[in-house]
Amino acid sequence: MANMSLKKVSMSEQDPNVRNRNFLEVALGYTKEQAIEEANRCLQCKTKPCVAGCPVMVKIPEFIKLVAEGDIESAYHVIKETNSLPAVCGRVCPQESQCEALCVRTKKGESVGIGRLERYVADWYMANREPEIKKPITNGKKVAVVGGGPAGLTCAGDLAKEGYEVTIFEAFHAAGGVLMYGIPEFRLPKALVQSEIKTLKDLGVEIRTNMVIGKVLSLDELIEEGYEAIFIGSGAGLPSFMKIPGENLNGVYSANEFLTRVNLMKAYKFPDCDTPVRVGKNVAVVGGGNVAMDAARSAKRLGAENVYIVYRRSEEELPARAEEVHHAKEEGIKFKLLNNPVEILGTENGWVKGMTCVSMVLGDMDASGRRRPIVKEGSEHVLDVETVIIAIGQSPNPMITSTTPDLKTQSWGGIIVEEATGLSSKQGVYAGGDVVTGAATVILAMGAGKDAAKAMDTYIKNKK
Amino acid sequence: MYKIVKKEVLNATVKLLEIEAPLIAKKAQPGQFIILRTDEEGERIPLTIADYDREKGTVTIIFQQVGKTTQVLGALNVGDKILDFVGPLGMASHLDGYKNAVVIGGGLGSAIAYPQAKKLHEMGAKVTTIAGFRNKELIILEKEMSAVSNQIFITTDDGSNGNKGFVTDELKKLIDQDTSIDLVIAIGPLIMMKFVSQMTKSHGIKTLVSMNPVMIDGTGMCGGCRVTVAGETKFACVDGPDFDGHDIDFDEAMRRQTMYKEQEAESMDQHNCRLGGIIDG
Repeated sequence: MANMSLKKVSMSEQDPNVRNRNFLEVALGYTKEQAIEEANRCLQCKTKPCVAGCPVMVKIPEFIKLVAEGDIESAYHVIKETNSLPAVCGRVCPQESQCEALCVRTKKGESVGIGRLERYVADWYMANREPEIKKPITNGKKVAVVGGGPAGLTCAGDLAKEGYEVTIFEAFHAAGGVLMYGIPEFRLPKALVQSEIKTLKDLGVEIRTNMVIGKVLSLDELIEEGYEAIFIGSGAGLPSFMKIPGENLNGVYSANEFLTRVNLMKAYKFPDCDTPVRVGKNVAVVGGGNVAMDAARSAKRLGAENVYIVYRRSEEELPARAEEVHHAKEEGIKFKLLNNPVEILGTENGWVKGMTCVSMVLGDMDASGRRRPIVKEGSEHVLDVETVIIAIGQSPNPMITSTTPDLKTQSWGGIIVEEATGLSSKQGVYAGGDVVTGAATVILAMGAGKDAAKAMDTYIKNKK
Repeated sequence: MYKIVKKEVLNATVKLLEIEAPLIAKKAQPGQFIILRTDEEGERIPLTIADYDREKGTVTIIFQQVGKTTQVLGALNVGDKILDFVGPLGMASHLDGYKNAVVIGGGLGSAIAYPQAKKLHEMGAKVTTIAGFRNKELIILEKEMSAVSNQIFITTDDGSNGNKGFVTDELKKLIDQDTSIDLVIAIGPLIMMKFVSQMTKSHGIKTLVSMNPVMIDGTGMCGGCRVTVAGETKFACVDGPDFDGHDIDFDEAMRRQTMYKEQEAESMDQHNCRLGGIIDG
């Protein structure tokens, strides 16, 4: 009997005034009873519109049916057929604009909590089952994946399942990309990311860390070493700065630096971990995306009293997920909307002491379809802060493309590829994720990794 | 894991480690650096590649024990392993076409300048080395530097080796003697590089300096290492670490280097505290 409640079964969360002082996960996940109750809200419709909204085409009604029957183990295997990182996706995908947006239940009430159920299944499996090690039979062919983020991990997993000997080349000391250095522990526990990655290693994927491709080895050298195809999933890790006066003062961070220190290097555990981070009493985070929310909520947890999101448009245009904005507000983050910094002010010793902002009003639509912010005359004012974190976007790192002249790129650095296959201008070299699209979502990167894996398999099989 | 195959104590606080890292050894060029992490709780620190042996597959680093991480590193011995060792990072020094180079190293900077001197020497340039130290006890690599230099001046701040003065004093003498110099490479403390650059600028002598700002990833993804060069922001890890000394905003660089002074002291204190505990039993 279907559960016809209009609302999702709610999920418990840490209290906002407790969690804004720790780095433990905010959302606590479903119990088995809650998961079954929520799974019963799925109408098992034949048309399955939800599946089309998922970039990796998880068989949603099938796995939810198994959850409703209490067979979580089988549900896990159904998800894993198409998604290599379900514990991650269940947590960080913007389901409201993907699978859940297309759920028929949204015609009246809330969609089925697909993300929450996926998360429940993945967590249950990790807690209750030893991953079965079923190494596929090798086909003896080597492929290389550059970058161990969501795109690369997905591509590697799919190719390994087809029998390829896959090597991931990762520049950092740990694979995971933005899942490790960008998204904070309180949204995505790092132990869980590593455990998802371990299931790929069990499939036979080799991960070589500390390998900066473009420096230690070039793409051509990888080809010479016998890799029959290469996937580039190196992301968009080059931070943009505003190019305003005072940006090099002490106390100004790019969000990438701030989050890398806090997440990957665990600076929140300093001095038990060696990497330091400095956060003043008052912190301004410039930008309105998920990265800005993550930086602001991290700064609050590091003890800042006042944390401001400074964004030049209004609440309606905030690019961050509504849920993240909601969480940030609950935790006491203050929103300075329609505000744009024009200068960062320093003390005599070169430390940040404030930020001059101007107020904005919204004008006509611009090329991006959003209303253009216009400076309000005479509206200059100073926000007293000691730390500024710039979170206005990232572009692809030129490390690989600058050392591979035959790889065609866009003017902004993105690798140019055939949309359906991810094939670049260089034979046998495929690319996907943020390095192609610019900064986007985890799941879109995974979808691109999946498409490329299929194309690489076809390419290698048709060779000679 | 990266194995230590040789260790040398160069002076009381400066140590040399030769590390097995064949892929890095194969590609390394003078001017490039590595990033290392000693253990799971460790931080990532940049160190210049002081030498490399492509055949043996080893990379040499020379470092001064100035804080927690370098102290931990200095306590490691032959056979021990370093958890993470990444490189070669940064741009190689542009050394082509120079005939008459003066290579200046201040303290530990002498070790960092050594591969440049060696390369210039191999390429047939006349190399004059000026190496400065606080006192006689701190002098390092004298033999190695002499072997790749046409002439060498070693100064000590206190004159304990008989040649009292700063590296800039020797440079000034060379310039005053109208020596034709087409390149100066200065590597050492920021204040030394600043004074050398000021001196050469007024004489229009091309000057390269090697910046050593705070870094984390070393691959251009965070901008922690940014320096202002000719009015523009550059990332030392990918655009450098070599830059034209006449274009650098040294005052800003010196200020940025102090960003974590308090935390560095705290980390060091805690480390010594723990060591104390072990020694006291």
